[in-house]
Amino acid sequence: MATTDVAIQHAGRPASKPIVNDMSIQVATVNGSGSQSSNTVLLRTIFQMGVPVSGKNLFPSNIAGLPTWYTIRANKDGYIARKKEIDFLVAMNPETAQEDVLSLGDGAVVLYDEPLNLRSLRQDLIFYSVPYDKLVATVCPEAKLRKLVKNMVYVGVVARLLNLDMAEVEKAIRKQFARKVKAAELNLAAARAGYDYAVASLTKQDPYRIERMDKNKGKIIIDGNSASALGCMFAGVTVVTWYPITPSSSLVETLIDYMKEYRIGPDGKATFAIVQAEDELAAIGMVIGAGWAGARSMTATAGPGISLMSEFAGLAYYVEVPAVIWDIQRVGPSTGLPTRTSQGDVLSTAFLSHGDTKHILLFPSSPQECFKFAGEAFDLAEQFQTPVFVLSDLDLGMNNWMSEPFEYPEKPIQRGKVLSKEDLERLGGFQRYKDVDGDGIPYRTLPGTEHPAAAWFARGSGHNEKSQYSERPDDFEHNMERINRKFETARSHVPRPEVHTGKSKIGIIAYGTSHWAITESLDQLRGEYNMEADYLRVRAYPFTREVHDFIEKHERVYVVEQNRDAQLLSLLKLDVSPERITRLRSIAHIHGLPLDARSVTDEIMTMEGK
Amino acid sequence: MASTSTPTPKTNRIGLSVMEYKGGKTTLCAGCGHNAISERILEAMYEMGVQPERLAKLSGIGCSSKSPAYFMNRSHSFNAVHGRMPSVATGAVLANRNLLALGVSGDGDTASIGMGQFIHLMRRNLPIIYIIEDNGVYGLTKGQFSATADVGSKLKTGVVNDLPAIDTCVLAIQLGATFVGRSFSGDKKQLSAMMKAAIAHRGTVMLDVISPCVTFNDHEGSTKSYKYMKDHDEPLHEVNFVPAFEDISVDYDPGTTVDVTMHDGSQLHLRKLEEDYDPTNRIGAITRLLEAHEKNEVLTGVLYVNTKAPNFIDLVNMTDKPLATLPQEVTRPSRKVLEECMEELR
Ligand SMILES: Cc1ncc(C[n+]2csc(CCOP(=O)(O)OP(=O)(O)O)c2C)c(N)n1
Ligand code: SF4
Ligand SMILES: [Mg+2]
Repeated sequence: MATTDVAIQHAGRPASKPIVNDMSIQVATVNGSGSQSSNTVLLRTIFQMGVPVSGKNLFPSNIAGLPTWYTIRANKDGYIARKKEIDFLVAMNPETAQEDVLSLGDGAVVLYDEPLNLRSLRQDLIFYSVPYDKLVATVCPEAKLRKLVKNMVYVGVVARLLNLDMAEVEKAIRKQFARKVKAAELNLAAARAGYDYAVASLTKQDPYRIERMDKNKGKIIIDGNSASALGCMFAGVTVVTWYPITPSSSLVETLIDYMKEYRIGPDGKATFAIVQAEDELAAIGMVIGAGWAGARSMTATAGPGISLMSEFAGLAYYVEVPAVIWDIQRVGPSTGLPTRTSQGDVLSTAFLSHGDTKHILLFPSSPQECFKFAGEAFDLAEQFQTPVFVLSDLDLGMNNWMSEPFEYPEKPIQRGKVLSKEDLERLGGFQRYKDVDGDGIPYRTLPGTEHPAAAWFARGSGHNEKSQYSERPDDFEHNMERINRKFETARSHVPRPEVHTGKSKIGIIAYGTSHWAITESLDQLRGEYNMEADYLRVRAYPFTREVHDFIEKHERVYVVEQNRDAQLLSLLKLDVSPERITRLRSIAHIHGLPLDARSVTDEIMTMEGK
Repeated sequence: MASTSTPTPKTNRIGLSVMEYKGGKTTLCAGCGHNAISERILEAMYEMGVQPERLAKLSGIGCSSKSPAYFMNRSHSFNAVHGRMPSVATGAVLANRNLLALGVSGDGDTASIGMGQFIHLMRRNLPIIYIIEDNGVYGLTKGQFSATADVGSKLKTGVVNDLPAIDTCVLAIQLGATFVGRSFSGDKKQLSAMMKAAIAHRGTVMLDVISPCVTFNDHEGSTKSYKYMKDHDEPLHEVNFVPAFEDISVDYDPGTTVDVTMHDGSQLHLRKLEEDYDPTNRIGAITRLLEAHEKNEVLTGVLYVNTKAPNFIDLVNMTDKPLATLPQEVTRPSRKVLEECMEELR
């Protein structure tokens, strides 16, 4: 039974110099087969061993049956962007196995399910095979469960081959199945069976190894949507509405769990309301109604939902009602690739709705920023009385990331210019749309304020400073100019960019999850081409002064983004002087996969003519 | 607030004169049914002694949806987008459960573009008074048919409607609204009593009020004209409302009325005109409404009432204070909670 499955004669190269803590492992499975747990266990094990790691799930828009790939990258230098090349393939899916193997670079490792018989496909790879079905039958008497447990067997095999500590594997399994002791035992047995099999039957042929480091002390593992959910809870959100859509659903679902745990008052009643609306039109409508009435309200959606929200976004902009909208971007147009990542909603969201509208956008690039920007978004929305869109993406939202733990928000909740009954008694009255302070931001009152002068008429039709219906050209113009002034004020209040400048003439601008590829690419440019580039990470729209300064200082500015039409670059063009526009060059990607550093480096070098 | 000089103006039970309930001057056509409805709303609010600041008026787009500007200036108001007022109202009520929400819509605003939101509002039984000012046409866009126009109804241009009418009352009853009525802007007495009962109800009140559009749909051949209503209005009962704060007891001959105790203790007495009609029977109500269509009758009165069903605020188990004004100490969990969450993720 336990035949030695190492075929030395097939190996591309002998196990020469070990490659330690620098590899990408791809697990190819079938959607719905329980591989998510196995992959999380692998990821956590490496994380627990102190090695920087990231995991990216490439999944189909399907509940069960279609192929899915999970890529784990372990990297001692802390690079956590997607790596283009796969070093170690765990081939579990008969449907994709051949193609998966054929697309590997030479010298890569393939660990496959014995019946797939992949060995004959390539001469230049290292193959190991495992009779999973036989192994799983020994540990899992219940035939029904075997399909799910089978995937935990490869965790054990990989652990042995890559030198993972089985004690850490066990810890990760126990965490994964924290509330299901029986499942934990079963999965642990499966992992052990894989490990034992590898000890007995596989001889190490490849150079890849994980060795303990100490880089993850204190860190957490979290997906961006959970981080956003936590951020919203600590931002004091009270009304949440949503309509399910990938990749945003898990944000609200996680939020529901957290709120049920931590936001029920001593009387057993909720200090919030979460409503699953009938569609995104209703979701945003409820957010606006709640914002008008004074709640901290939010919704979360993706591109198709954003499109539906367009009319309401203009209403909120023009009536000046706070709202927080999370857009976890996926690939459009239309339904597009619902389970792939992009930064394709930048332009449509910046100007969402008809007429002259423009919105504040925030671009988080890490779970930490998801958490932090949640608070920022609510504060900005209430201070500026306007919708604020947080543009996360599928890669950030749904994948697991290592992160520093989140810092408790020290800044008190900012509720903006809201007049109370006492204020009105002092003032005698107020004009809803008057620019009292010169910053374009007017004062508002909330429905229910017990003062006869509190009421104002919220309307999407033309209005004057007193919020009365008006079709007068001057009223309309003044009001629109004031709202513009408000937007200009926002420029100095939104999160500033993160800037790394030296003396280079070449600059890179990026935002959101592209950041992780850029940091690696900067090192590649330096290390491989001896080229220094400066880097600015945009964190919000409207652009702050630093963005203009950065473009001013650089001869060529590469704007890297994950869409086809250079959407952020287009926004920059509207902002910078005509002479500066020619400095901007686009590096845009639209394949739906998280951006990798190599692609960026190659493209910059090509465009630099090198 | 109604500071008094001599002679003392008449005031309601909270000491406000009717002037405190007035709105801006109407810009709707003279004779438009919507104006009469505004008057009835205003009177009912005054007579019930509703604090104007407690009322939140919400509407969509249309002539009807403009009307909140013409009553109760001391109340907050939100003229939202076409057909999507229900969601805005839902958000507002969630944010502040102490508000008395009044939604004013049109038949176009509700039964076409707004049908999705209307239906889901009814399902939730959100505490709100939702009024459809129903004229069978789109007034504001100059008289096209709406989806409540009856088969065979004729436009001024001679165009005949051949699609079936949507009966918003049938839908509302089927979907879970707990106070459903139909009335006529020209029936002052009935509409007033129903409005007051609506204020006393905690749950979704849906009133479809036939409200003739004098400019586009009040001619021969229209089934939403003043004349048609005079000829086809079939009141189910005489609606009498006795508010809780008025200590009056009314005696009727046993068996001649249906008496309903409203949430605030007010009494609704429906003196039967149609012997067998039971407004607490959903199925009976729907059947009778469908039958009325066959007979070209416009049934008016309280079609259905249910004071037992839980409303949406009960269902979401919300705290008693308005969410909008909860302080940070309540809405931001402690440092310890964050540490606990972080530890879970390590
Ligand atoms: C999205 C959108 N589409 C179309 C319109 C144009 N529009 C304004 S009012 C209206 C119909 C209003 O009819 P109804 O609700 O019956 O009100 P009425 O004027 O009859 O009182 C339409 C179609 C609009 N304002 N918004
Ligand atoms: S057009 Fe019709 S609905 Fe509009 S205000 Fe005039 S009468 Fe009323
Ligand atoms: Mg109409």
